[in-house]
Amino acid sequence: MRTYFIEFSYLLASIAFILGLKGMSHPETAKRGMHLAEFGMLMAIIGTLMHLEIVTFTWIIAGLAIGSVVGLAMGVWVPMTAMPQRTALSHAFGAFAAALVGISEFYREGGHLQNRFMMGALGFEVMLGALTTTGSMLAFAKLQGLVRGTPMTYKGQNIFNMALLAVTVGIFVYLIVVPGSMPLFFTMVALAFVFGLLLVMPIGSADMPVVMSLLNSYAGLASAATGFVLSNKVLIIAGTLDGFSGFILSILMCRAMNRSMTNVLFGAFGSAATATAGAEQQGSMREVGLDDIATQLAYANKVVFVPGYGLATAQAQHAVRELADVLEKRGVTVKYGIHPVAGRMPGHMNVLLAEANVPYSSLYELEQINPEFPTTDVAVVIGANDVVNPDARDNPTSPIAGMPILEVDRSKSVVVLKRGQGKGFSGLENPLFFKPVTGMLYGDAKDTLTRLVQAVQHA
Amino acid sequence: MSADTLISALYVFVLAAFLGYQVISRVPPLLHTPLMSATNAISGISLVGSIVTAGARYNTVSTILGFIAVVCSTTNVVGGFVITDRMLKMFRRKEIVKKD
Repeated sequence: MRTYFIEFSYLLASIAFILGLKGMSHPETAKRGMHLAEFGMLMAIIGTLMHLEIVTFTWIIAGLAIGSVVGLAMGVWVPMTAMPQRTALSHAFGAFAAALVGISEFYREGGHLQNRFMMGALGFEVMLGALTTTGSMLAFAKLQGLVRGTPMTYKGQNIFNMALLAVTVGIFVYLIVVPGSMPLFFTMVALAFVFGLLLVMPIGSADMPVVMSLLNSYAGLASAATGFVLSNKVLIIAGTLDGFSGFILSILMCRAMNRSMTNVLFGAFGSAATATAGAEQQGSMREVGLDDIATQLAYANKVVFVPGYGLATAQAQHAVRELADVLEKRGVTVKYGIHPVAGRMPGHMNVLLAEANVPYSSLYELEQINPEFPTTDVAVVIGANDVVNPDARDNPTSPIAGMPILEVDRSKSVVVLKRGQGKGFSGLENPLFFKPVTGMLYGDAKDTLTRLVQAVQHA
Repeated sequence: MSADTLISALYVFVLAAFLGYQVISRVPPLLHTPLMSATNAISGISLVGSIVTAGARYNTVSTILGFIAVVCSTTNVVGGFVITDRMLKMFRRKEIVKKD
């Protein structure tokens, strides 16, 4: 009877999770979907607490209490700009939990699991868990600015990493064939922890959306492997959903940059070596006055804002929305063009703008907004660079050739808000800035936008 | 794990993979960040494994590892769901935003 109850609660949880994620297909159904998923989680936890093997609740309750407090604090206080860091940290937590359960199972069985398949699943669980833990911690440190965001490279890096991976997998295979060695098992775990660091080291901040998705995928697959080890189906289902979600996102992110997964992981893009590419630009940049821009905006029919990560670093989301408000009041149509890799994780820019009260119906994806640029009077590029670089479309020798871009240069006029004359994350020269249609407006984005609001009001 | 359990576990895995592909492909880029934090919270279901490990008193090492795992997974579950809810509340339609 008890077993039926537990299994039934797991079945209920699985259904709730699937329907919950299905709700994510639209902002209106997403909230209800999440409540359903939360209910499913609660059921699964209650079911688990009925488990016959549990003899003491002290540590369970202590763990649940501490975890709830930490989770709640994180959930309530983490600002939306720090969402990538928070997500990286939670990948680390999830993966670490999976690794620990795996280690505990191995230790309990004295290294002799029921059969080779179980050892295989456990090995996957522990290896993926361990490398995701340290990899995500390093990603967290990079995103938080605790360590430099630029790729860390050294000679023979890829060969060294491959060799280390080969040794780790070698031990794993040996443990499946000849089970029982504790020291070898813990060597494997240690090597996997080290490998996670080495994997993320050469990856720059601009490539973080891919890495985040990939670590998401690993953390999910580690959970699914835990499900195999414990013969727990809800774990397999939830872990697989998570794993696939991360996998699909990482493919989408790679496609949005027209790069292969191998190139992202081993290419150390944005390091000094690739930065020198690209011909010197002809012509000069045209700096424009704030009042000119204000007049242009005030008398435009359609304005498209193109925000990049620079917008988030300048905390200018609210200032953009204020400018959009005064323009809309004058009858100007305002839209936002969002590149898939704008921000530090998939969809990050959408959340930042939604937080600033931009309605989601004004946020347009790349494919939707590109046909609209020829009829756009003013395109305002804020803290974005590579995602509007026309070289990606026009210059087949460019390192970013083929990357889908927001074609702002097709609009009647372009204004680029920029901190200074520096280059983008890829270190490339951007011909957009030299086009006759483009005007440059230097300065802090938030400050410039606030002054534009005032100027438009007086125009 | 007997052959039967193994086979049925594999079935569950493969079907969940197909289902995951279908469901996740329909999520618009607009909601990719909430999606990631939601799947994160959901994969905190590894909590069920951690709970048994922490409470079964197999041996001291297992209890300690299980306890840490419970803390980690609970943080993910609670934090993940709270943040997802918080984010989703921000996505509003035009008419609703105007009223504020």
